[in-house]
Amino acid sequence: MDAMVRELSYAQAIQEAMAIAMDMDERVFLMGEDIGVYGGAFQVTGDLVERYGTERVIDTPISELGGAGVAVGAAVTGMRPIFEFQFSDFATLAMEQIVNQAAKMRFMLGGEVSVPVVMRFPAGSGTGAAAQHSQSLEAWLGHVPGLKVIQPATPHDAKGMLLAAVADPDPVMIFEHKLLYKMKGPVPEGYYTVPIGKADIRREGRDLTIVATSIMVHKALEAAAALEAEGIDIEVVDLRTIRPMDKQTVIDSVKKTSRLMCVYEAVKTLGIGAEVSAMIAESEAFDYLDAPIVRLGGAETPIPYNPELEKATVPQVPDIIAAARELVKGVR
Amino acid sequence: MAGASKAVADSRANLPFVYRQYSAEQLKQVLHKMYLIRRFEEGAEECYTRGLIHGTMHLSIGQEASAMGICMPLAEDDQITSTHRGHGHCIAKGAEVKRMFAEFFGKTTGYCKGRGGSMHIADVAKGNLGANGIVAGGIPIAVGAGLSSKMMKTGKVVVSFFGDGANNEGAFHEALNMAAIWKLPVIFVCENNGYGMSTSTARSTAVKNIADRAAAYSMPGVIVNGNIFSEVAEASHQAVARARAGEGPTLIESKTYRHRGHSKSDRNRYRTKEEIEDWMSNRDPITLFESELREFGFIDDKGIEAIRDAVAQEIADGIEFAKASPSPDIRTVQDYVYTEQA
Ligand SMILES: Cc1ncc(C[n+]2csc(CCOP(=O)(O)OP(=O)(O)O)c2C)c(N)n1
Ligand SMILES: [Mg+2]
Repeated sequence: MDAMVRELSYAQAIQEAMAIAMDMDERVFLMGEDIGVYGGAFQVTGDLVERYGTERVIDTPISELGGAGVAVGAAVTGMRPIFEFQFSDFATLAMEQIVNQAAKMRFMLGGEVSVPVVMRFPAGSGTGAAAQHSQSLEAWLGHVPGLKVIQPATPHDAKGMLLAAVADPDPVMIFEHKLLYKMKGPVPEGYYTVPIGKADIRREGRDLTIVATSIMVHKALEAAAALEAEGIDIEVVDLRTIRPMDKQTVIDSVKKTSRLMCVYEAVKTLGIGAEVSAMIAESEAFDYLDAPIVRLGGAETPIPYNPELEKATVPQVPDIIAAARELVKGVR
Repeated sequence: MAGASKAVADSRANLPFVYRQYSAEQLKQVLHKMYLIRRFEEGAEECYTRGLIHGTMHLSIGQEASAMGICMPLAEDDQITSTHRGHGHCIAKGAEVKRMFAEFFGKTTGYCKGRGGSMHIADVAKGNLGANGIVAGGIPIAVGAGLSSKMMKTGKVVVSFFGDGANNEGAFHEALNMAAIWKLPVIFVCENNGYGMSTSTARSTAVKNIADRAAAYSMPGVIVNGNIFSEVAEASHQAVARARAGEGPTLIESKTYRHRGHSKSDRNRYRTKEEIEDWMSNRDPITLFESELREFGFIDDKGIEAIRDAVAQEIADGIEFAKASPSPDIRTVQDYVYTEQA
């Protein structure tokens, strides 16, 4: 079963996954704002409306709360909707249906129903779109039992995890960093899944574990490559899923390296870094730590419009390099 | 606003509303501002194309009469909430283009000190509580401002601008209902340009006219041709009078059209070239207003030329001001998140 592997962009990989899902299962359909003839704000749905028609690629009115709720209702009653938010920021308008309904319906009804809905959220800063179009809200949803929350970092994982999400009987929230959409990478043809709840070691190393999410995986890898010249050997763990989190992979890595740094774009406080750090502090890996844990996250501010300020708001490669150097001081 | 004298008024008795209501000087000012909006957006667009401005922007070219007509009867301390397509509202409410350009350039002299950009342009001193990145986000805020006006007895009227797409958000419905039950001095202005991004109102909205929604909230729903300044100003005038008299809100639907794409990344695949061409050639609000002014003898070619020249100068000066202004210091990245306290 050696599938042909081609280079696709992250956006193309998602589009291909949605097409495969629709080909395989006629219950799968797409909903969202301007996903039809416009092709989606980030051209992720592209020409799918031409291939699958307006019955399966549905432009909704600008109604996030209602739209998300309709997707939940369709999912509960036999369909398999994939709902696109135009920007992840607009999840805030739909929180009621996501948090109170989608996440809890199965539980509240004693397991009598499932909610196999997939929601996609273009997220993150870096486009000059300012405070209401640049947020990273994944930890908000990660705080809600009943939801699964994933952040694929590569085209390969974007396709495989979306297909896993469609196959999953429970609500899966996919956060896609907007700056990744154009990034290219190898993607196998045809159907495959990448499991939800499983982290990936992107680079092996002995001196320091960096646990990163989404676009920060690439920045961490860049920093690790730069530090290799200085003899600093970094292991980069791509968390991939923030709920349910793959604790074991992180614990094993920290036991090996004895140092932990968490890098994520969302606001630093009360976020993914806090969770990973606490999880390690509670685990057997705690005894292996040779230095305090470091978190690099977004500044405690909304995302500013000015491009220099915007960059300064989220961790950049030089920040990771500087923090990693500091953290491994005295190791080599 | 101080209008035309009695004798002049009599001689204009058969002209449309604004030509009876306002002085020649005031009407020339309106033309000036309509040009200012148009040239400001063309200037911003050019700066964007040349890479001087980043992010994205939503141009209101083609909708100038709507912004100007609605703001015409407003007093300086009346307030507005605006939208992502808000440059025109901002200028119509009295903002200076140089500080708007400075904001687009991300400079400290900008209205939001470089933090907001086009999508959050505001001029709080002139009563503009801000554009909004969230469709319908400003509508309840306008109702809140109306509630303040009533509770604090300031007499202020509040206008909430929003697009046709916004009328399908829950916030729209909740806000209109509250404004109606509490009889607040709010004017809801739907600038219906036919599309919310790529989705036509026919595909997005169950009623034919957005103004039909007014009936559900027991307020007047008025439809105007948003490209005819006088029609818009007249409807606004009446709604302001009703609001000031404590009779409650009005919904005005201003039917108009945006000449440009939704934002900088629009390929216009949901509408035809002919449709765009028709609105640009036959229903341009500035052309329409200008020819009325000429026809009714309020202005001649020389007067128009003078306005165009003055506007061009103001735009050039504004861009220079923006370029020469300082960028924010990186160390201030966490400023303005909370109120500074001594
Ligand atoms: C809550 C929310 N949903 C979606 C968007 C993305 N978006 C921005 S403007 C727009 C279209 C708005 O249409 P309309 O209200 O008619 O205003 P227009 O752009 O035509 O002026 C959309 C979908 C948004 N900014 N906020
Ligand atoms: Mg519209």
